[in-house]
Amino acid sequence: MNTQNRKDLLKQGAIWGFIVLELAFFSIAGSFLSVTETAFLSLDNMLLLLQQSAPIGIIALGMTIVMINGNIDLSVGATFALAAIVMLDSLTWPFMQALGDWAIPLSWFFALMTGVVLGAVNGLIVWKTGVDAFIVTLGSMLGFRGLVFMYNGEQPTSHLNWTLVDFAEAQFLGLSTASWFLLGVALILWLLMTRTVHGRNAYAIGNNRDAAVNAGIRVGPHFLLNFILIGFLAALSGVVFSAGTGSVNPNDGMLYELWAITAVVLGGTKLAGGYGSIVSTLGGVIAIQLLRKGLGHIGAGTEVVNLVIGLILIVVLFLDRQLNRKGKEELKI
Amino acid sequence: MTDQTPVLRLEGVVKTFPGVRALDGVSFDLRPGEVHALMGENGAGKSTLMKVLGGIYDPNEGQIYVAEEPVTIASPMQAKARGVVFIHQELSLADELTVAENIWLGELPLKSFGRVDWNKLYADTDAILETLNVGFDARTRVGDLSIANQQMVEIARALTVDPRAVIFDEPTASLTDAEKVVLFEVIADLQSKGVGIIYISHRMEEIFKITDRISVLRDGQYRGTLNTAETNEEEVTQLMIGRKLDLSRNESHHELGDVALEVRDLSCGELFKDVNFQVRRGEVVGFYGLVGAGRTEIAETIFGLRDPSAGQILLNGEEVRIHSSMDAIARGISLVPEDRKGQGLVLGMNCRDNMTLPQVDDLTAGPFVSDGAEVAIFDQYRDKLDIRTPGWRQTVGNLSGGNQQKIVIGKWLSMHPEVLIVDEPTRGIDVGSKSEIHNLIRDLAAQGYAVIVISSEMPEVLHVSDRIVAMFSGKVMRTFTSEEVTEDSLIQAISGLEGDKVA
Repeated sequence: MNTQNRKDLLKQGAIWGFIVLELAFFSIAGSFLSVTETAFLSLDNMLLLLQQSAPIGIIALGMTIVMINGNIDLSVGATFALAAIVMLDSLTWPFMQALGDWAIPLSWFFALMTGVVLGAVNGLIVWKTGVDAFIVTLGSMLGFRGLVFMYNGEQPTSHLNWTLVDFAEAQFLGLSTASWFLLGVALILWLLMTRTVHGRNAYAIGNNRDAAVNAGIRVGPHFLLNFILIGFLAALSGVVFSAGTGSVNPNDGMLYELWAITAVVLGGTKLAGGYGSIVSTLGGVIAIQLLRKGLGHIGAGTEVVNLVIGLILIVVLFLDRQLNRKGKEELKI
Repeated sequence: MTDQTPVLRLEGVVKTFPGVRALDGVSFDLRPGEVHALMGENGAGKSTLMKVLGGIYDPNEGQIYVAEEPVTIASPMQAKARGVVFIHQELSLADELTVAENIWLGELPLKSFGRVDWNKLYADTDAILETLNVGFDARTRVGDLSIANQQMVEIARALTVDPRAVIFDEPTASLTDAEKVVLFEVIADLQSKGVGIIYISHRMEEIFKITDRISVLRDGQYRGTLNTAETNEEEVTQLMIGRKLDLSRNESHHELGDVALEVRDLSCGELFKDVNFQVRRGEVVGFYGLVGAGRTEIAETIFGLRDPSAGQILLNGEEVRIHSSMDAIARGISLVPEDRKGQGLVLGMNCRDNMTLPQVDDLTAGPFVSDGAEVAIFDQYRDKLDIRTPGWRQTVGNLSGGNQQKIVIGKWLSMHPEVLIVDEPTRGIDVGSKSEIHNLIRDLAAQGYAVIVISSEMPEVLHVSDRIVAMFSGKVMRTFTSEEVTEDSLIQAISGLEGDKVA
């Protein structure tokens, strides 16, 4: 049992070890190759990194829950864009403008409700039809993106509200608003998954759905709740992101679903469900952002960054498989 | 006995599926403190009956009474709430979760805001585990437990409520003899508390050891209830299949040919060590031992699925290196695997395609698969093995266990092997088809195949083998010929006791 515990620890600690490795590599390589004079491992840089990883990070945390539950959600990028548009556009509505700054919380409410509704649509379809979540959300990914374009065509939706910008750029205890949202969401979801019955049932459903059904767990409502959650979080991510820029393109949020899944998988969550942790996903999110920033720091272009992240993802999954093998005696495939 | 109110009573339960009358007026009663065996061939309606009791199916007609109170059971939770608890045959556990979470799955103790009350959860679980006398605690991850201990977790679930009736569905399928003893103790304990127990099993010796009464189903119909003390295996079998069954020792011997397969000092890491044996043409060698003794692993090594760490494999006197299953098949070795549905068949494919799967590469007409050649092969082996199916288009998932096994055997025979390895040939197959498979194995040997049979059932090994290799934790303990073997010496050998060794 002892070796098992050590193995678990190794599995959960691996992502943090990887982050330390990245930090060390980029600090050392940076001192030789850096295009700028600033140090990589400065506090400011790290805080910026946390802030930058927030949009995808918030989505990835929600994705963890859905994936532990044994589902997947590909429509988060479109939800992200639609929620951002709803928020910015609602601020321009006449009755909202009459409200002054009180329009801001109301616009957030509209945007977040958009996410909740879209998530509920996904969840209800998966629950009631029994169609695989991959297919359902592939459809809704296209559908929701269609809604985004219907809203404003190819035009970006912009509305600069200075109160909103101030809020987005505010700092509290050294952390920016976006970072606080990321950490807050992580804390709440961590509590949800480890402490509540809903969280534990989500693990059970993802791990062995038949067993869960036999034990009388109502699988459908849990699915629905988790899809609503990720819809809400995708919208929250869109709101936090567009609050700062005051503008959103209809193509914003594209491929976010894939980045989120990458972070989740890098954090060790099983694609098939039943295993994973919120904290590890947070690690995965930070690791990816570190890689992007670090490679940029030593002068590599975006195309190189994508290539490296792709390679690392495959290597990580390969290593994970090796770790779970029983040595040379195991069955060959 | 008759003055006791039955804890569970069924009256005229009928369940129909499109085209099938799965349960046809089944009535029976379960008294407090009795162990009541439910027997029947596969497809006789046992599982359907259990699903009706468990609230997974709604019966079309009939009435269920719990303690003489008419009830409708609409969900597994309701069944449990009324004290009717199931121990499932296929482990129904989530292996990433802890023992405690699995035992209380679906009804974790709550605190405010939907939080789990971990202290209560672990305390309650440890209390239950204590009564079961197991060597793990509530916080252990289920995936880290042995199959037998996982079964104990499943059993522990029954003890979370005050059960009136506990239904065990093939609970010993994956247990070793020592673990069976613990299980029987648990059953006896429940019995003494006045709990009624329904015990479903194919294993006659267990049925006669622990049950009080036996009810038999055939083709969805209730065939009668016997008092265990007043009946014997023959009567039960006859009730189940409507004819007698041959369970004698293998007496027939035919000409043995040359040594087809020889294994010298074969080892594979910790799985098995220094294994030596020979198989001649026309001979059936039985491998007997407990689960985990390394029998399946030897078969997998010979079939090229594992790399041996030492030793030699000789085919027809020549040393060979088998690196993959393709190698093995090319050299005339075939393996009928242990898990028929998981490893032997593609359940969603039809009979013909399953049978020609290993050789479909060669059955081509131009760039396309030749339909005619495939059907010809299927027809040949359907007739040879007496496979009962409406036609080759039938999906194998819909066939009975015995016919499925014949498809797998037919698949390998069509590859013209010299050595045929059959792992647990009759696991989960009903009594009637069992003897058919046994006869088939004998026939194959008579035709000159060298056959290895791996089995955990002693009657089976005794019945089909010319020689028996007894294994214990990765080592060959002793090799018996069918004349010298006795049940006692065989049990001693597989339990690791040396006994008097014959040189």
